[in-house]
Amino acid sequence: MIKAILIFNNHGKPRLIRFYQYFAEDMQQQIIRETFHLVSKRDDNVCNFLEGGSLIGGSDYKLIYRHYATLYFVFCVDSSESELGILDLIQVFVETLDKCFENVCELDLIFHMDKVHYILQEVVMGGMVLETNMNEIVAQVEVQNRMEKSEVSLFLDR
Amino acid sequence: MALKIVKGSIDRMFDKNLQDLVRGIRNHKEDEAKYISTCIDEIKQELKQDNIAVKANAVCKLTYLQMLGYDVSWAAFNIVEVMSSSKFTYKRIGYLAASQCFHESTDVIMLTTNQIRKDLSSPNQYDTGVALTGLSCFVTPDLARDLANDIMTLMSHTKPYIRKKAVLIMYKVFLKYPESLRPAFPRLKEKLEDPDPGVQSAAVNVICELARRNPKNYLSLAPLFFKLMTSSTNNWVLIKIIKLFGALTPLEPRLGKKLIEPLTNLIHSTSAMSLLYECVNTVIAVLISLSSGMPNHSASIQLCVQKLRILIEDSDQNLKYLGLLAMSKILKTHPKSVQSHKDLILQCLDDKDESIRLRALDLLYGMVSKKNLMEIVKKLMLHVDKAEGTTYRDELLTKIIDICSQSNYQYITNFEWYISILVELTRLEGTRHGHLIASQMLDVAIRVRAIRVFAVAQMATLLDNAHLLTGNMQRMGICEVLYAAAWICGEFSEHLENPMQTLEAMLRPKVATLPGHIQAVYVQNAAKLFATVLKNQEGNTDSTAAQETSQLMIDRLPLFVQSANLEVQERASCILQLVKYIQKLQQKDVEVAEEVCALFAGELNPVAPKAQKKVPVPEGLDLDAWINEPPSESESEDEQPKAIFAKEEPKHSRPRHTEVDEKELARRREARKQEQANNPFYIKASPSSQKAYQEAPGVEHIPVVQIDLSVPLKVPGLPMSDQYVKLEEERRQKERADKKKKEKKKRKEKRSGRGRKHDSGPESEEDITPAHMVDIVTEEMPENALPSDDDDKDPNDPHKALDIDLDNLLEAAGRRPLADSEKLPVRAHRAAEAPKSPAEDGEAENAASQEPKKKSSKEKREKKKDKDRDRKKSKEEKKKKKHKHEEKGEDLLGGQADEPVVQSEETNEVAALPTSTSAEVSDLDFWLSNAPVPSNTQEAATVAEAAPVPEAASGTAPDSEPEEPKDTEMEETKSSKHKKKKQKKEKEEKEKKKKKKHHHHHHHSDGGGEESVQNGTVEEEEPLPPMSNYCLLAENSYIKMVYDIQGNLQDGSQVVVSVIFENKCDSFLKSMEFNVLDSLNSKLQRPEGSGPHDGLTVPFQLPPGVSNEARFVFTVQSIVMPQKLKGTLTFIVKNEDSSTHEKLDFKLHFTCTSYLITTPCYSDAFAKLLESGDLKCSSVRLEGVIMPFHHLLARICFHHHFSVVERIDSCASMYSRSIQGHHVCLLVKTSGQTVSIDAKCDEPTLLGNVLDEIKQTFSQC
Repeated sequence: MIKAILIFNNHGKPRLIRFYQYFAEDMQQQIIRETFHLVSKRDDNVCNFLEGGSLIGGSDYKLIYRHYATLYFVFCVDSSESELGILDLIQVFVETLDKCFENVCELDLIFHMDKVHYILQEVVMGGMVLETNMNEIVAQVEVQNRMEKSEVSLFLDR
Repeated sequence: MALKIVKGSIDRMFDKNLQDLVRGIRNHKEDEAKYISTCIDEIKQELKQDNIAVKANAVCKLTYLQMLGYDVSWAAFNIVEVMSSSKFTYKRIGYLAASQCFHESTDVIMLTTNQIRKDLSSPNQYDTGVALTGLSCFVTPDLARDLANDIMTLMSHTKPYIRKKAVLIMYKVFLKYPESLRPAFPRLKEKLEDPDPGVQSAAVNVICELARRNPKNYLSLAPLFFKLMTSSTNNWVLIKIIKLFGALTPLEPRLGKKLIEPLTNLIHSTSAMSLLYECVNTVIAVLISLSSGMPNHSASIQLCVQKLRILIEDSDQNLKYLGLLAMSKILKTHPKSVQSHKDLILQCLDDKDESIRLRALDLLYGMVSKKNLMEIVKKLMLHVDKAEGTTYRDELLTKIIDICSQSNYQYITNFEWYISILVELTRLEGTRHGHLIASQMLDVAIRVRAIRVFAVAQMATLLDNAHLLTGNMQRMGICEVLYAAAWICGEFSEHLENPMQTLEAMLRPKVATLPGHIQAVYVQNAAKLFATVLKNQEGNTDSTAAQETSQLMIDRLPLFVQSANLEVQERASCILQLVKYIQKLQQKDVEVAEEVCALFAGELNPVAPKAQKKVPVPEGLDLDAWINEPPSESESEDEQPKAIFAKEEPKHSRPRHTEVDEKELARRREARKQEQANNPFYIKASPSSQKAYQEAPGVEHIPVVQIDLSVPLKVPGLPMSDQYVKLEEERRQKERADKKKKEKKKRKEKRSGRGRKHDSGPESEEDITPAHMVDIVTEEMPENALPSDDDDKDPNDPHKALDIDLDNLLEAAGRRPLADSEKLPVRAHRAAEAPKSPAEDGEAENAASQEPKKKSSKEKREKKKDKDRDRKKSKEEKKKKKHKHEEKGEDLLGGQADEPVVQSEETNEVAALPTSTSAEVSDLDFWLSNAPVPSNTQEAATVAEAAPVPEAASGTAPDSEPEEPKDTEMEETKSSKHKKKKQKKEKEEKEKKKKKKHHHHHHHSDGGGEESVQNGTVEEEEPLPPMSNYCLLAENSYIKMVYDIQGNLQDGSQVVVSVIFENKCDSFLKSMEFNVLDSLNSKLQRPEGSGPHDGLTVPFQLPPGVSNEARFVFTVQSIVMPQKLKGTLTFIVKNEDSSTHEKLDFKLHFTCTSYLITTPCYSDAFAKLLESGDLKCSSVRLEGVIMPFHHLLARICFHHHFSVVERIDSCASMYSRSIQGHHVCLLVKTSGQTVSIDAKCDEPTLLGNVLDEIKQTFSQC
């Protein structure tokens, strides 16, 4: 199971947070801070797995993260997930973002947090991996975007 | 109205949307909080408006603010409002917000149940999808209970998109509402073989999650997963399955044997590192579960270790990390194979990556030997000095202790060295593990007698230098060692060189700053020391020294008497009075030393940590029974049980005190710091770099100053462990030389035996003798200790509730079928509305007739005995057959179900029907005992088909029919071999039916689900060709429409037409309108307010190549005749530059079949129905039907909505019911290519038409 997905930038500013287990807001912020603290002091050439985040879970949980340019993508998972599998999944997710936003950059995530959530919802659901095929994810996202567009245009027409 | 909308949208233009909000926040970096609070005020205003668009916008912004840490739960109700918008756009916003901030205690959640249910059954799959996604995040036990049934229905939805989401969310439902697991499991299992890979993967995912927590319940799924593993190409699925096998093998070693070969193949063949790694992991798990030492398995270990070495040597740090991780698993069972890679692992200790160093540390545990322990620990001590982060340093510390203390200090040859290592470790700043060091000191000092003199001397020095350890608040953790030091000095005070000095050290005023539990030990042990000192001094002639000592005690103890800690106070005041009394005696020149010493006489033996637990409960003692009536609750809460072994096992008693103390202290410290920070007059101490790093909020801005600590902190007077390494080296060399000499003398003397209990180190190390004659005292255990080593599960684990036995559900439904209470709740008012089905009557009857059934089964058993006697004669023959079977056994994988029954019948000749448990176990057993694995599962399938056993499906033995006694008899004699299996199957089927009865109101048009349910009856026979009920409605170059009609059980006058629209062209299709020319009998249901000729808008648009399904409800009056309705679909074809209006005419054919609803019926109810005589007869003959009988039945079931009541060989009775409650009964018989169907129904016209349609179906194929 995936317990949480966090995206934040090099300064620890959250860009997307998705907890699959309830934490109160202040706890969420604390977790983000702690995770940022753990992740940010690591070089880029060390491994992408981290143990010892004390706030989420216990020894069964691991942080698996990737660092892209200005953003950290951090998944907190338990031992039922394959470590390398999750790394691939982060890659799939980022590539999907890249396709949906056309050359995604941090600004896209800043201004379209909702859209990023909708894309993530097609990849992970309730802490479990829903789809790993990028084309399928993109197709579903696009159909829904078109639905949204048509509804908005209907609204403006009237 | 229109004006209002326009006004609303103009208003909206001036509202901030999400982008504006983000931009605004970025522009107000200085006063962000203030800006956001004005934004929240605006949002509150927006939420008050009626316009849903404005509300949705506001909620969207709130979702963003929630991410920044603002509590938005006050808007929960508005979120629910937005969720219930009919527009997908807004609905999605609402659900997103809900998924981010709703949780179990959000009270508005209970308002959402109906809305969610509505969305789940929405014709638009994306509405359903959004609702499922949202629900997965905030499902509560109530929601889970109320919606479980709806979600279960969605698991058979036509769209794989919905199916996979529904399958995944079931896991969350199970967690919140464990009762749903049993009823939902069969369908979940079905989804493992879903044609859509996404759905399959979701099902694998869910079952793996379930099985991980309670693996034993899922062992019976192993064959199915095995099949999936050998057939699937989806790495994601493979990884999950392989991981699952890793969890299952410990329970069933034979499974492991079966797995090794395919896994090894995968290891060799796959190019995906992730898959390779998981395979290696599972092979390791298999090897652990198997008894080692088998020759072919050592090859597997070698393979794994080899592959892991490649991973560890890889430049990719991730692979390196994982390689080490997996290596540590092998280490536990096959340490030798890992030890050969010691070089590599020691190398990793120097890696720059902390995670990798940590993993390498884990492995070191198994790397040490008597030879290299000192060397390795020395290396680690260097790391301890270098380490920056406290986590890594603490980890190092615990590892050093682990490594040294493992298996009863097996590898330690020199305990003086170990004690000095422990003493060196006390110099660590800010470690949390002071108590760990302390317990090691205690343990060694107590259990290794020879070391006591040395240990006591070391501890005395420690006590003398206690100020170094307590100088600074950060060292609180380490002061725990003083606890050990004080106790050791007190208990073994006879070894002290200068007890008086130590006594003084223990009574220093500074001691009062230590934590209470340590002070208490100080006071107690000061008394012990006092006794020793007295004893020494009384031997002298000068009595003043002794009196001075007493005076010292009397002077210093009052400090402790004033202690706030009760324990300290109590001990101190006791001892103070005692010393005062002693002083009085001393003044009278009475010799008291002996009596004082008697206070502390006697040796303390170490007690094993689990000793208390293992004391057997004497017979007749009920620990749960009250001795006295329980006092009122408030009293009992105050009584905290006291730790009993506080002295021997300090770990037990202390943590509680320290935790409370530390928390409290931390809180106060924090408060004080705040105060000081705000107080301009307070002169701040410059914080140490360590502190600033940990606690300051804005870490980035504070420059971290590296403090050069190249001169290690030294406690004066303490020996360095390093020198022991040298000494040891010399000693060993000398020993070796000695030994050579000795050997020359032809071993005149036997080497003195060592007092060591565990001497199982590698042979080469036998040569190293410990420096001391060491007597490691083993820990005491009570007599009659119970051998059980129960590791109790966490009672709060939510997965514990899911520990539900599912086997009987899967294999032998007879043992514990779903009880009524276990069925999923359906909305109450629906159930009340639903007309009572005959099946329900049947069920009631079943319950009533259970007693007689039991009798009949007894009779049967007797009959069976007779039969068995007869059969003995033919036994010889059978045995021959059996041999044949065995020859074939290797590839008979598919025939597993038959085989074990044959075996068991032959072995338990006279025994009654074996219980289903044994059968089911033997199924799995049989599968497992087939050691070689067929590389190709298809091959196995063909073999199974070819098996010479005639299949008889849902025929029945236990509740046989009065009308067909002959058949039952015949069948029993003919195929009793398969009876048990049949029973199983039949019960399984029944169960499915029962469930279906509960669900069929929700079955709208899920052809997929229907099909698989029907398949259940004929599972192991020839696979059915794919079937679909969707038939072509109309088609042109733009669009294709297929449709299916299903009756609606809730409303006898309604049918639902599901139409799938498929865009065939390259253009966008929009504004689709579906219209039908109503007849007198059948009418399209249109929304209120629209005219009888208005079309219905299809609620979606179609991009090129996309298809989607819409449902239309029709009301019908008479259902006895088929009908055709003419209709038109109009739509706009939109290209990039142009758009055209197109239309397509169609004819909707309402067959009589479409008014029938699959309804299960029990055979006794069926018989009753036939006997009642209200039904009219009719019959039909089909010629030239060349398909297997079960295909024929499946077709009737699938296309004409019947269910099989009973099947006996080539004859079957079937039942269905119309939406208006007509019963339709069929008796289908086949002989050769002729099929005759005798039918009965209370409405002859309907019956005639249905029969015509059946005939039609079979004439087409």
